[in-house]
Amino acid sequence: MARSNKPIVWSLFAAGGTFAAFVTPVMIVVTGLALGLGLLPPEALSYERMLAFVQNPIGKGVAFLVVFLPAWHAAHRLRITAHDFGIRADGAVATICYSLAAMMTLLAAYALLSV
Amino acid sequence: MSRNPYIRPVSDTTWWTAQPRYIRYMAREVSCILIGAYTGVVTFGLFHLSQGAAAWNGFLETLQSPLSIAFHLLALAFALYHTTTWFNVTPKAMPLQLGETQVPGGVIIGAHYAGWAVVSIVVLFLVGA
Repeated sequence: MARSNKPIVWSLFAAGGTFAAFVTPVMIVVTGLALGLGLLPPEALSYERMLAFVQNPIGKGVAFLVVFLPAWHAAHRLRITAHDFGIRADGAVATICYSLAAMMTLLAAYALLSV
Repeated sequence: MSRNPYIRPVSDTTWWTAQPRYIRYMAREVSCILIGAYTGVVTFGLFHLSQGAAAWNGFLETLQSPLSIAFHLLALAFALYHTTTWFNVTPKAMPLQLGETQVPGGVIIGAHYAGWAVVSIVVLFLVGA
């Protein structure tokens, strides 16, 4: 049987989709809406508090998952959706989508390992 | 005998506008663009956090601009659509059997919504909202 990366990208799609379903809406509410609309206590997302969060090993792991899982979920779904929009260059599309996810993963890992 | 087979004219790019359920399918698929973009925002934020207090505070300021809030409203709408469509297919994606009986689909879906509520409340509680 030909080697395939399908099981890897599919399991990341499924894990990422589940993680995004549970976590992404409340994350968007907190960082994207409640902050800007002044609904959070002033110190909620302060530098000291956020730094302490990502310096804690558990917080670091959670912060990494918040980027890693949805990024690969979105990349895989975007690749499939490009086909639905009539884009037939799957090789190029896959390269772009997975490269974007890989860049986010690496940048997040770099940021989290350097704090 | 030479007859050309009939080929139904279907556009590769706009086929999904033909029926409401195709549009709903595409809305579900397109949710990945907003979720991906928001993940990019989070990545950007983590990078700023690693660059010190001034960089982080600049990032927080950007998040409070009207343009940012408009983007996050759109992202929230699609993220919620992703969540509901994702949960609603869970009985098909991972059917659950206990002994001889199949767990009803409504129970599997309901458990996901309950878990979602718990996760959301815990996050809001930890943030301090």
